[in-house]
Amino acid sequence: MIEGLLLIIMSLITVVCALCVVFQKNPIYSAIFLIQTMVSLAVVYVLLHAEFIAAVQVMVYAGAIMVLFIFVIMLLNLNKQDVEGGRDKLFLQKPSALIMGLVLIVMIGIIMVKSVFHGTKGEYPPEVISEIGNTQLVGKMLFTKYVFPFEIASILLFAAIIGAIILVKKQIIKDEKV
Amino acid sequence: MTLQLTWCLMLSGVLFTIGAVGVLVRRNAIVIFMCIELMLNAVNLAFVTFARHLDSMDGQIFVFFVMAVAAAEAAVGLAIIIALFRNKSTVNVDDMNIMKW
Repeated sequence: MIEGLLLIIMSLITVVCALCVVFQKNPIYSAIFLIQTMVSLAVVYVLLHAEFIAAVQVMVYAGAIMVLFIFVIMLLNLNKQDVEGGRDKLFLQKPSALIMGLVLIVMIGIIMVKSVFHGTKGEYPPEVISEIGNTQLVGKMLFTKYVFPFEIASILLFAAIIGAIILVKKQIIKDEKV
Repeated sequence: MTLQLTWCLMLSGVLFTIGAVGVLVRRNAIVIFMCIELMLNAVNLAFVTFARHLDSMDGQIFVFFVMAVAAAEAAVGLAIIIALFRNKSTVNVDDMNIMKW
């Protein structure tokens, strides 16, 4: 009962903050509201018995990624005109975007109402998970069944680091050649 | 249980739609990236919901990988934004039209 109430409150907070992310003029405000969206999503994860994912959500998303965003916003130091130019270059951009969003949500709603979700039940009901421990299970699966994707993810992150450095340091590399 | 599934999937769909509308509406490249993060979060929520519903752990592992990809995407994307800002001194996506024929 109390869990259901908490779920409803948290999803309302999430949706309101997500709307604020889109419709705030100042990018810093958008970033702050996005942090709140992610924290309340972490609460929803806890309610869905995914405690480890909730902790990682707060640490990686609300911590690392959002700090990166805020860092870049402050680094660029945009003035008011750069943040959101007043002119509309695309004809009827906003109304058509809102219509597209309406169509998308209607499509998702129809699919969710029409389809019946059932599949073969896995071997980890909540009782078993709480007995072994969520983090232990995630770790066990990560290093046994999903060890190859895990290694691929490390290579991906490595490539991303190198890519980011190359993109930002372009000028220096060019100077060294000359 | 089923009510929880429906509610969480509804939340996921609404979040995804808000993110998609944000990508279409906003013209600040950084805010567009934030909206992409919002869509990734919506997908993560759907993964966790189905993992809970089907008594499986695979969905939670996938969320882990989605987070890794999101971190990589954010790092490279923000580097691209900084590189573009150095060249054109704007982050408005309407002004980034050098690849337009």
